[in-house]
Amino acid sequence: MDVNPSAEQRQLLAAFAALYAAGAPPEVVREAEPLGHSPQLWQSLLDTDALGMAVPEHAGGHGATLLDLALVAEQHGRHVAPAPLVEAQVAARLLATLGESAADLVSDVLTGRRLVTLAVRPARAGHAELVPAGAVADAVVALRGEALVLVPTAGRASAVTTLGSQPLADVTITDDDEVLAAGPAAVAAFSHAVDEWRVLTAAALTGLAARALEIGVAYVLERKAFDRTLGSFQGVAHPLADRASEVDGCELLVHEAAWADDEDPARFPELAAMALGFAAETARDTSYYALHFHGGYGFMLEYPIQLYFRRARSWGAVLESPQASFRRVADLRMASESRMSEAG
Amino acid sequence: MDFRLGQKSDALRARTAAFLDEVLTEEMLERCYRTGTNHDSDFAKALAAEGLLALDWSPELGGGGRDGAELLGYREEMQRRNAPVYAIGTTMTVSHVIALMGTTEQRDEIVPKALRGEIVIALGFTEPENGSDAAAAATRAERSGDGWRINGSKMFTTNAQIADYVFMLARTNPEVSKHRGLTTFLVPLDQPGVEVQEVRTMSGERTNITFYNDVFVSDAWRIGDVDGGWNVMGAAFMHEHTAAFVGEQIRLVDAFTAWAREARSEDERPRAEDPAIRERIGRSHTEIEVSLLLQRRAVTRGVDDLDAHGRGSMAKLFSTERLELQADQTLELVGPDGLRAWGDPTTLQDGEIEHAVRNAKGTTIYAGTSEIQRNIIAQHVLGLPRPY
Repeated sequence: MDVNPSAEQRQLLAAFAALYAAGAPPEVVREAEPLGHSPQLWQSLLDTDALGMAVPEHAGGHGATLLDLALVAEQHGRHVAPAPLVEAQVAARLLATLGESAADLVSDVLTGRRLVTLAVRPARAGHAELVPAGAVADAVVALRGEALVLVPTAGRASAVTTLGSQPLADVTITDDDEVLAAGPAAVAAFSHAVDEWRVLTAAALTGLAARALEIGVAYVLERKAFDRTLGSFQGVAHPLADRASEVDGCELLVHEAAWADDEDPARFPELAAMALGFAAETARDTSYYALHFHGGYGFMLEYPIQLYFRRARSWGAVLESPQASFRRVADLRMASESRMSEAG
Repeated sequence: MDFRLGQKSDALRARTAAFLDEVLTEEMLERCYRTGTNHDSDFAKALAAEGLLALDWSPELGGGGRDGAELLGYREEMQRRNAPVYAIGTTMTVSHVIALMGTTEQRDEIVPKALRGEIVIALGFTEPENGSDAAAAATRAERSGDGWRINGSKMFTTNAQIADYVFMLARTNPEVSKHRGLTTFLVPLDQPGVEVQEVRTMSGERTNITFYNDVFVSDAWRIGDVDGGWNVMGAAFMHEHTAAFVGEQIRLVDAFTAWAREARSEDERPRAEDPAIRERIGRSHTEIEVSLLLQRRAVTRGVDDLDAHGRGSMAKLFSTERLELQADQTLELVGPDGLRAWGDPTTLQDGEIEHAVRNAKGTTIYAGTSEIQRNIIAQHVLGLPRPY
């Protein structure tokens, strides 16, 4: 049992912490609204090889583990960064599993010629709705029946303004869209990609929650009421202590889930669903209290905490609610218990 | 990072599981529930004989010399199986202090017996008029010849009815500030002036209020310096990480899942298909995972870690607060049949669900209330001022 990042991982963390500190301060996040995309930030992420690291070496990348990517996603979340990092990484990893049929596409993605994202929910009746990064991507990978298809966004994607100021779009899927892969293997690859998205989004939500807690704590240390520091009232300190426990637990859970991708694959889907459900609730509750303890100031657009509050409720919801994540945990757990009792 | 507990811990877990398969009988568990006494002396002696006691003590003191990570497999298995380890825990904690800080005489008398599982030591900190604020103890110890006269009372002296000694915090100097005038004693319970009065709790657990009326304690049973009791307390609990409550959560979700697979709704569908029930099951497994991770981190980061205190508090706070929600929500989801009590022939799942509702409430109170844990986290982890 070792819950500490390695020396290499600490270097990675420091590098991305510096990138986001320079490229995604609250002013940049605000300026990017309501679309939620900063081309400058995205370019600096591409220049830092944020996509290449996500792809295995045999596909032209640098083969970072999902755990490495989760550590980066936490930094992304701490800054509520307006760039489609998680979606683009997951889509690139999925394309890299498809071999020759997608080799040119992977090459385009890694050189930044094309931005490809993933529709995390399967297409229904010719539509993929609220596709993350769909409003800024050149193409969307979607699951249409049992086929993974590549959908160009030109003329097919309509951007939607949303609660969390994300570049979401409703995308039309047609029967003529290029099939990248089909059959049970394609469905399994899609399912694994969505689990990776769950983990990395959970990581981003964990970073968001951790930073929201810091902002809240800093405010209650500074503000006085009734001649006392606000943070010395149990009514203020105790909800923050509860959130601190949840944020720490959430970070451990996300790291375990990301680690399991390589080290405990049998548990990976269950841990991925646990991580997303728990992270979405942790980010929701932490941003709730951090904003609330600002009083009326927290409700003002001028204070950064509202940026966190809105995204905490949005990032995971694009795929599923915490309730749905937890039902998925039960489905997976109960199916595995049934298999074990049949075998044993 | 590595989330495996490691081969040594896994091996110790397997050894513990094999021991429990053999020694922990249904009758033993039933007797613990029925009598409310979480101790069985045959179990304690068998544990000692198997070499599964004092695993965390250094070999020089007669212990197993295992580190925190190795012990996790052992601790988690004991919790999961509901093994009667409460009195063993208090006995070994106090015996460890005596092994480290006691006089030769005290060590020779207590430590060998403790290592054989032959004695029980109860804790005497809480009083009728003070709980979380342990340093406010009002029980007096006054000089008398070559010893001390003790007068006062202690609340929630769990296991006093079977214990040989109570490890007592008493006021020896009322003239100085409250932390400075305290001394710790090991008080033999089988003597005139000690009265043990039974107190029953909502969970069925038996505890006691103990009264001390001119009880004489030889100075030989003073642990540590006169007026140095608060330091002894610090030493006693410095190595004790406030633990998560995980076994209770696991037993509850297992009982709930087993019930949901068997029970049928009005239209004859398995209750396990109900989305609200599935959500609760998934949530419980997630909360169990987080509780385990918080506990594992608190233990493996080591006691030298400045934040270790707060990390143990996080594990205790999170696991017990969530356990309470789990118990209440499980009862509500089961519906009227959930009310059938433990011990009633019609109860569900051996009474595990009904009992959980009774039991969970205590877990956020004893071993440091949730409010105390939140104060610790607020101060030591978040850097907030001392909360009021």
